[in-house]
Amino acid sequence: MTDAIYTRLRQALGDSAVRRDGFGTPRAIPPSSEAVAEICGLAHEQGWRVRVEGQGTWMPPDAPADLALSTEGLDRISEIAPADLVATVEAGVGLGRLGIELARRGAWLPLDPPGLPRRSLGSLVATGTAGPLRHGFGPVRDHILGATFVTGDGRVLTAGGKVVKNVAGYDLTRLQVGAFGAFGVVTRVHIRLRALSAARVMLMAIGPRDALTRQARSLMDGGLSAAALELRSPGPGGGPDWSLGLELAGTEAGVEAEAARSTSQSEVAWTRLDPDRAARFRSEVALAPLTAPTTFRIGVLPDGLDEMLDVLEGRLGPGVISAGPGRGLVRWSGEPTFEALRDLRGIAAEREMPLTLERGPWDLRQAIGHFGAYREGVGPLVSRLRETFDPDPTFAVALGPGKTEP
Amino acid sequence: MSDRLRDQLAAVVGSRWVRLRPAELLTYETDGLPTHSARPRLVVLPGSRDEVISVVRLLHREKVTWVARGAGTGLSGGALAQDSVLIVLTRLHRILSLDPARRRATVEPGVINVRLSDAAQPFDLHYPPDPSSQTACTIGGNVAENAGGPHCLKYGVTTNHVVALEVVLPDGSLATLGSPHGEPWGPDLVGLFVGSEGMFGIALAITVRLEPIPPGIRTLLADFATIRSASEAVSAIIAAGIVPAALEMMDQACIRAVEASIYAAGYPVDAGAILLVELDGQVAEVAAESAAVESLLGRAGARTIRSASDPAERARLWQGRKKAFGAAGRIAPDLLVQDAVVPRSALPDVLDRIGEIGRAHAITISNVFHAGDGNLHPNISFDSRDAELSERVRKASGEIMEVCVRAGGSITGEHGVGSDKRDYMPLIFDAETLNAMCRVRRAFDPDQLANPGKVVPIRFCREWSGASRRRSIAGPAAASDSS
Repeated sequence: MTDAIYTRLRQALGDSAVRRDGFGTPRAIPPSSEAVAEICGLAHEQGWRVRVEGQGTWMPPDAPADLALSTEGLDRISEIAPADLVATVEAGVGLGRLGIELARRGAWLPLDPPGLPRRSLGSLVATGTAGPLRHGFGPVRDHILGATFVTGDGRVLTAGGKVVKNVAGYDLTRLQVGAFGAFGVVTRVHIRLRALSAARVMLMAIGPRDALTRQARSLMDGGLSAAALELRSPGPGGGPDWSLGLELAGTEAGVEAEAARSTSQSEVAWTRLDPDRAARFRSEVALAPLTAPTTFRIGVLPDGLDEMLDVLEGRLGPGVISAGPGRGLVRWSGEPTFEALRDLRGIAAEREMPLTLERGPWDLRQAIGHFGAYREGVGPLVSRLRETFDPDPTFAVALGPGKTEP
Repeated sequence: MSDRLRDQLAAVVGSRWVRLRPAELLTYETDGLPTHSARPRLVVLPGSRDEVISVVRLLHREKVTWVARGAGTGLSGGALAQDSVLIVLTRLHRILSLDPARRRATVEPGVINVRLSDAAQPFDLHYPPDPSSQTACTIGGNVAENAGGPHCLKYGVTTNHVVALEVVLPDGSLATLGSPHGEPWGPDLVGLFVGSEGMFGIALAITVRLEPIPPGIRTLLADFATIRSASEAVSAIIAAGIVPAALEMMDQACIRAVEASIYAAGYPVDAGAILLVELDGQVAEVAAESAAVESLLGRAGARTIRSASDPAERARLWQGRKKAFGAAGRIAPDLLVQDAVVPRSALPDVLDRIGEIGRAHAITISNVFHAGDGNLHPNISFDSRDAELSERVRKASGEIMEVCVRAGGSITGEHGVGSDKRDYMPLIFDAETLNAMCRVRRAFDPDQLANPGKVVPIRFCREWSGASRRRSIAGPAAASDSS
């Protein structure tokens, strides 16, 4: 079967676009949306199960499948329009490379997801994994203006556009963001950019967790205007103290005034990080989850943060935590058991806090699902949408608990 | 049938809340769009969440099509109900909760937009999306249309502020989408529902994120000899990394309309364009940004710059902009407020083309728009009783859409597709995508009872065939939408 698929794919795409992974599974690297559509159409027709992969830096490429479809070949930055602050970028482009190209043109994409710099834009879109800049610039969905994606049965669809405001038609772009590929393979996106700020300053406070969350609340009550406010658990062997990073961006005078206002009458001591140390802190926050096999996020408003952090510590033991105490999100990375994670999801659900499994080994994803039990009426909608975009499922995605889809 | 249906609906909501007589239906024949009208079969005004659910269930049982409507201020003919039952939601106008600590509010769909900000104001919070009709339009309507407004440049549109929805689907079942905590319990169905133009169901409870009222606000008004130099100022401000709360432009035709009206705001009538820039945030940041903006405005050729930070002065600068539609409305009996988006850098060329289109069709077009995000509102003043003139207006609208799409833009930025823009949808989406939209609608509404005939032309809604899919693989353009 594997050999037949391999041969068939090579016939369709040419030899150079089809290889084998370490386990002998055929791995297609299509160079265009149309080629992705050809593979999906073929797979749908033949009943092959497809695992979609990006750069392989975030989600382990371990979902059982008849073939892997990599977006690595979709590596073009099609357009950067600095005057309009939009760009059109293929899904396989690494975020680090994109950031460099944007900066050359005075622009940036204010998203700093966890993971390696070569993590792909497609992975970011599929998992909806925003980092600390979510505080000031919003979640991933706010930055994606449009998308081209390919359905499980090989149709190329386009959603949204490359203008910053657009209400034409149903918002299929938002449906793709954070859907873990259940509704298609995103091949190209239009993104919204910002002009690089004139000044960017990072301050850091170190201390007991409670003091830092109190400080974060006090900053929020005072109407803090910041790019990021991120609480981080102690690093390995780093003692009991947590850190709170505060990043400000804007005009020089504005940033300086906000820095002075934020740090005055503070119960914790703030240190201003020089640009190198600030970059190191950002990089540490991004890379820390990769030291463990599993990462999840929980939506937690500031008033529930302390309690949820206690619950996490009590239930799962030590883990790598990065939390946005201003806008409400906790990201935990570690090695939890199925049972512990399932119980935790139940505890979070009792508090109306959704837990999303962002990455983890396939057997965990399959048992737990990226999402927990759906809220009233949502399950049938998701099933019908799945049927719409991936009939007789082609894509190996474990959206809900205990299901193997397909 | 209508008598029986009226009796059944009256049993749910009480007979005084069912309207059937032609004179009663007249009010509901149009929304804010003067070029389209349709008479509903009857109108029902439920007074509670449970009544809405019962009405929807009844209509589902009877397989009767229906349209949900808020205040009827929409500008795309989205709430027109040709031979359908119109469900008017204005009686559901309670703010169900307002939690200042969590910066969240939950409202019924009939709550008027500005009322929410008024209610949040004592807590130094506000609800940023502010459509020009905000003193009349409802949050439910805003959700249906994904409404914007001048202050959406910095703060985002409706979809950026809705975190959770309780909805009744067209089959009468309930669904809870999203979460007040901001993270969804699954795929982003809130994002999909917002802007679905009333075709996926009715939002019964809407939970939104509130934002702190910024301590510093400054409004600048600059006038320019030409639209082009004003547009260059817009680009320069954005390129400097400054995101104003609002960045609004009016062209000369619009300035003159305002200045000739009771809303006169002292705008110079010889200016080619005026630009309103509002900056907000922390006081020091606002001061630094306004100094930078003033300098950029000057460099781009501003003839004069007025600046205000106290509320009364700011209101004066804004007055002409806020009343621009009213002022344009007095030029002729009817005003068609068009809506399209183009990349910011295309603004000057597109505005030139719109001027040419107006002259070619001998119609009056004035422009007032959200320049910061390239969201144009060409206003066409006309008399809808003149059939020949109406036809020219229709043609001009179509040409304006084509120009905007060719410039890389979209056919609507905040008014929605509704009835008005439906036939332009193939300009920006291929047949495969339009068909997928029909299928997404059927995921929410298999019987297609809610707001029929809007958004996607019906010819794209046929079932897939294997043959059509295989053609699509050869390239999306190959997919046929005919037959």
